[in-house]
Amino acid sequence: MPSRTKDILIWITTFMIMLIICMPGLWIILSAFRTNGEILTKPAIWIPETLTLDNFRAIFGYGENVVGVPVASYFRNSIIISATSTFLAVFIGMTGGYAFARYRFPGKGSTFLWLMLSRTVPGIALSLPIFIIWSRMGIIDTKFGVILVYTAINVPFTIWLTEGFFRQVPQDLNEAAQIDGCTRWEAFWKIEFPLAKSGIASAGIFAFLTSWNEYALASQLTRSTDSKTLPVGLMDFTAQFTIDWAGMCAMAVIIIIPALILTFLVQKHLIAGLTFGGVKG
Amino acid sequence: MAEVSLKNVVKRYGALEVVHGIDLEIAHNEFVVLVGPSGCGKSTTLRMIAGLEDISDGEIAIGDKVVNMLPPRKRNISMVFQNYALYPHMSVRENLGFSLKIAKRAPEDITKAVDDAADILGLTELLERTPAELSGGQRQRVAMGRAIVRHPDVFLFDEPLSNLDAKLRTQMRVEIKKLHSKVKTTIVYVTHDQIEAMTLADRIVIMKDGHIVQIGTPLEVFERPVDTFVAGFIGSPPMNLIEGSVKDDHVVFSDGRSLPVPPDFTGKIANGRRVVFGFRADVLMPKGHTLAESGVLHDIDLTIDMAEPLGSESILLTTLGGQDIQARMHNPRPVTSGEVLTCELHLEKCHLFDADTTQSLRG
Repeated sequence: MPSRTKDILIWITTFMIMLIICMPGLWIILSAFRTNGEILTKPAIWIPETLTLDNFRAIFGYGENVVGVPVASYFRNSIIISATSTFLAVFIGMTGGYAFARYRFPGKGSTFLWLMLSRTVPGIALSLPIFIIWSRMGIIDTKFGVILVYTAINVPFTIWLTEGFFRQVPQDLNEAAQIDGCTRWEAFWKIEFPLAKSGIASAGIFAFLTSWNEYALASQLTRSTDSKTLPVGLMDFTAQFTIDWAGMCAMAVIIIIPALILTFLVQKHLIAGLTFGGVKG
Repeated sequence: MAEVSLKNVVKRYGALEVVHGIDLEIAHNEFVVLVGPSGCGKSTTLRMIAGLEDISDGEIAIGDKVVNMLPPRKRNISMVFQNYALYPHMSVRENLGFSLKIAKRAPEDITKAVDDAADILGLTELLERTPAELSGGQRQRVAMGRAIVRHPDVFLFDEPLSNLDAKLRTQMRVEIKKLHSKVKTTIVYVTHDQIEAMTLADRIVIMKDGHIVQIGTPLEVFERPVDTFVAGFIGSPPMNLIEGSVKDDHVVFSDGRSLPVPPDFTGKIANGRRVVFGFRADVLMPKGHTLAESGVLHDIDLTIDMAEPLGSESILLTTLGGQDIQARMHNPRPVTSGEVLTCELHLEKCHLFDADTTQSLRG
């Protein structure tokens, strides 16, 4: 096959695959700028006739059709919960991953295995026991309760990822730093942490996205504007007989934007992290 | 600058004891090489001096200070690692200055110390590069620079040349020796390469299975090995060792041939005693191809299996007493396989070891 034809075929295939992947996202973004009427029209209108910002005005309480969804509160809850649980998961994961990479201790292999196995349990299967325990402890419908769950979900993954990175940093570097005058703690911060930071950044972004997008558990554990997160808040747009698709799509766009920004900011580390190419001696 | 003293130092990992009570006194400014086959405990000993491994028992002192419980950073030592252990995220300048920065020295002092060290090691051109941009030999020099920049009491080298190719290794060996003469400091150097040990050391410490077998100057361990292990380990090619039994001041080998016992031992070894007769290839030379040396010579006819020409000399492979042995031929001529040559053995340079204990019979 001539290479030109091959190139064209590859481009067409790539385009089709990307189209399939991107279509739902594109549809959401388009719908966020349409009227509810146009979204529901059959057959579907592909190219919007008019674009409007009314949906965004509505959810933030401006214009004629004010939607009774406290997006600002949900946004704040999401930020607090995701940021806190990410910080905790990265800190615990980093220290845990370092311990698994550097120290010998009894039961190390099986502990690591159990941590990984814990990820095979679907979170929703644990939602009922967690709900019961949380309600006994009185932390249902609190940010703290959700943060706790998200941290627990993320820690095994952050341990696994950072462990791999710390294992790639030669032990000699830590020892050389100790001989150069560092305490073990200084050696960690000055030498091993900078060398593993790609891995730690990847662990952080994954933990943040998990927390930011999580719906199933949050929908069980949150009730009010005190703790409801954005994904749970999306359901506020469904009433008994109607669904405000336009408002829902506008809010979905608001959910996507911070995640996109964050991913772009750390994408250099993310790529290094995913290819495990971050550390070379 | 300080002496290092090890008293009955033991290292155990659980029930497994890997270093069995070592005693070693290293003098001020002395270059001591710990040498032995892998697993002999030499690296562990070095790491205990560094403080990177705990001591299970005994005492280590640097200068007049017992350092058993001190972390590495408080021992005022520096160490060059086998794989250099340069900090990959720092430039050469930052690598060299790291220890001074940790010690919170003034920036201008650091710059000066780094420039001086770079000057000594010829690194001035490379100061702004990162380790990834350096060749193996350059990395090795940076590692040494990092060690000398803070003027430690003791330098520790852990097989620093084993990752370099043969030519570079010879070159760096010379540089290390020069370095020692420039920055007079106590050096403890670990290697498995006996040539490195011979060429660098003031004193060699030969270790085996967690014990010190012999301590001595390079010539002492070469000329007076305390047992067959040292005899076989030090020197290249290794010493020829042939087992036999003593009869009337001769050592009789399994193939019925015999050699007279060396003059030092005449009349001292009882008949029937099992011994190992040892001599280096250098003292067994074909007639007409010897170095003009006088001494107690003994002629012996040997069938040559093979010759390895090295240019200025050849190593002859032959057998005696059922053992493969080697002889040395100066001003070599081509030798055919199976040729019989009459060789001269310098008897006064031969050794006798006890066959059971492997210890030298020299008092």
